[in-house]
Amino acid sequence: MSTFAELLLNGVSMGSVYALIALGFVVIFRATEVVNFAHASLLLAGGYVTATLHEDIGFWPALLVGIAGAAVVGAAVEFLVMRRYRGSDHSVLAIVTIGVDILLTTELTRRIGTDVLALGDPWGDSVLTLGPISLAHTRIAAFVAAGLLITVFLLAFRYTSWGVAMRAAAESAETAALMGVRLGRVSLGAWAVAGGLAAVAALFLTVFPTPGLERATSLAALKAFPAAILGGLDSTTGALVGGLLVGVTESLATGYQSELTFLGRGLGDLAPYLVMTVILLIRPAGLFGTKELARV
Amino acid sequence: MSETPVSETTASGAPASETPVSKGPARPLRFATRTRTYVWAAGGLLLLALPFYLDRFWLQAGLFAMAAAIGAIGINLLTGSTGQLSMGHAFFLAVGAYGYCVFAADGGDSGDGLTGLGLPTWLAAVLAVLVAGLAGGLFSPIAGRLRGAYLGIATLALIFIGQHVLFNARDLTGGFNGRDVPPLSLFGLTFDDRELLVANVPFGSAEKLWYAALVLLLGCVLFARGVLRGRPGRAMNAIRDHRIAAGVIGVPVARYRAAVFVLSSMYAGLAGVLLALVFQRTVPDYFGITLSLEYLAMIVIGGLGSVSGAVIGAVFVSVLPQLLTRYSDALPLVSAPGTGGIAPGEASRYLYGAAIVAVVLFLPGGLVRVAAGRRFRTDPGEER
Repeated sequence: MSTFAELLLNGVSMGSVYALIALGFVVIFRATEVVNFAHASLLLAGGYVTATLHEDIGFWPALLVGIAGAAVVGAAVEFLVMRRYRGSDHSVLAIVTIGVDILLTTELTRRIGTDVLALGDPWGDSVLTLGPISLAHTRIAAFVAAGLLITVFLLAFRYTSWGVAMRAAAESAETAALMGVRLGRVSLGAWAVAGGLAAVAALFLTVFPTPGLERATSLAALKAFPAAILGGLDSTTGALVGGLLVGVTESLATGYQSELTFLGRGLGDLAPYLVMTVILLIRPAGLFGTKELARV
Repeated sequence: MSETPVSETTASGAPASETPVSKGPARPLRFATRTRTYVWAAGGLLLLALPFYLDRFWLQAGLFAMAAAIGAIGINLLTGSTGQLSMGHAFFLAVGAYGYCVFAADGGDSGDGLTGLGLPTWLAAVLAVLVAGLAGGLFSPIAGRLRGAYLGIATLALIFIGQHVLFNARDLTGGFNGRDVPPLSLFGLTFDDRELLVANVPFGSAEKLWYAALVLLLGCVLFARGVLRGRPGRAMNAIRDHRIAAGVIGVPVARYRAAVFVLSSMYAGLAGVLLALVFQRTVPDYFGITLSLEYLAMIVIGGLGSVSGAVIGAVFVSVLPQLLTRYSDALPLVSAPGTGGIAPGEASRYLYGAAIVAVVLFLPGGLVRVAAGRRFRTDPGEER
């Protein structure tokens, strides 16, 4: 039972990190209707900046610079690439983000090489023991930080004029533009926010018990895609639920691996995708996605 | 669902399409057709003659390009012509490659202890393609209903499932180390390295496979053109351009989506078989997400929705890394792997990553438009 509780708590913590990534993904989709396949590389960029700077300027400033850096990269992608596209087909733009992703990931993995970079976080490998359950400090920090950020974000999304502009643009871009919402700024903001969130997620994807920032980190970030999809691409609630679902499934599948050996090793990496496939079979628009209605 | 107003698409969508370059008196057109025939004939002869002159490196590169071209035609039917984004193409390539191995290998005496059915190799190749199609068909409850990003990410699941199976089903796939590919034999001719002298040129596996690949590629091109130019092609384009309108005029949207998915996976399966034959060994690492992205890169760079675009893109993306590797000494900025500079593989990824972005932003329609010059501009909607 205590193993189960431990796995569940770890899963929730990982899930909140996935939710952070998925949230950025959803924000970009809502603001611009573009699916951002370059998200994993934004995350890698944020993590890389933090990892290279933390020895010189300390962890917290490095993290801030990392967040800012990823936000700048995101905004730059929007400004230099997305905005230049003059067509109207959003699936073509999704492919452009794949091109951007190839570029960014190649550059970053080339810089990282075969190293495993530490991010210099203050939690180290200390563990909190509560009766039979032991939980790494990093996991608690991840949960708290992700929870805080998500709350702040949702509040901003609801109450600030930036959030209202973004929701209006998502509802109907043309009407919003006619009402004086500057669509360019909205999408620039969306990309920057998504980059910042991804940089925070990069921190918590690479702290203990994972070894550090390495090439494979971008693969771990790919698990946020199923999180965003199974919740519904256009729903922020969906991103949260999807993230938690992915985190918990992954944690349980990894934890009970020994009982599931007939399914092969490394099931934890696969589990999120299996859950997503099953959910998409039942609800093609995801759990909370708006079912598409069309007027003919 | 944002229905973009028509005015926007016509104003900014493809400016080239709006300029009536020439409404075409008949003579220049016939002239163009005749030159085209000559070009085709010359190109065909050249391709037939190449194995007599090129060394193995170039033949291998050409074979990769041809296999990639078949796969790219498949994904272009799906993504380019029907607008269904797929990131799972590598999975179907893997099904084809490993399917061929399983069907063709001898089970008992080969010594590696892997399952093999020992069927005639040509039959194994056909069955492998069918199995790839079947795998696509099994995915049709999802492929038929989802679209856009949802489908793209759902097909990402296929990659991960595929990798999982490839690493874990050791009996079938040989696990991490992969398995050997039995050489193809057809009408008593075995496509292996036993040398065969043709006009004083030693024919190894690369030379023999060259012709097989050429025939297969030709067949695939013609079939895809037939599909695109006929009724199914129009239905597919209608689904891409306006799904609801297509449904209203009587196109069974879900069935078409599923069918195109199956067809595209069969193309991928064939490409997988061919790649396996060229490599002579299949390893699971190859069939990862990078491969899927490469195929998407091919069709975007070549030109979405056009068969020749897929071929051009495939040649570009698959020959580029090999060229850079071969000439890494002579090129500035590129250095051999492990020496600290930009490795050829990375350099080529920079190039095609940038090519994707540049093509979409500045050359809508892809390289095929550039290659075709002005001729296509009169009716850009036709070929897509």
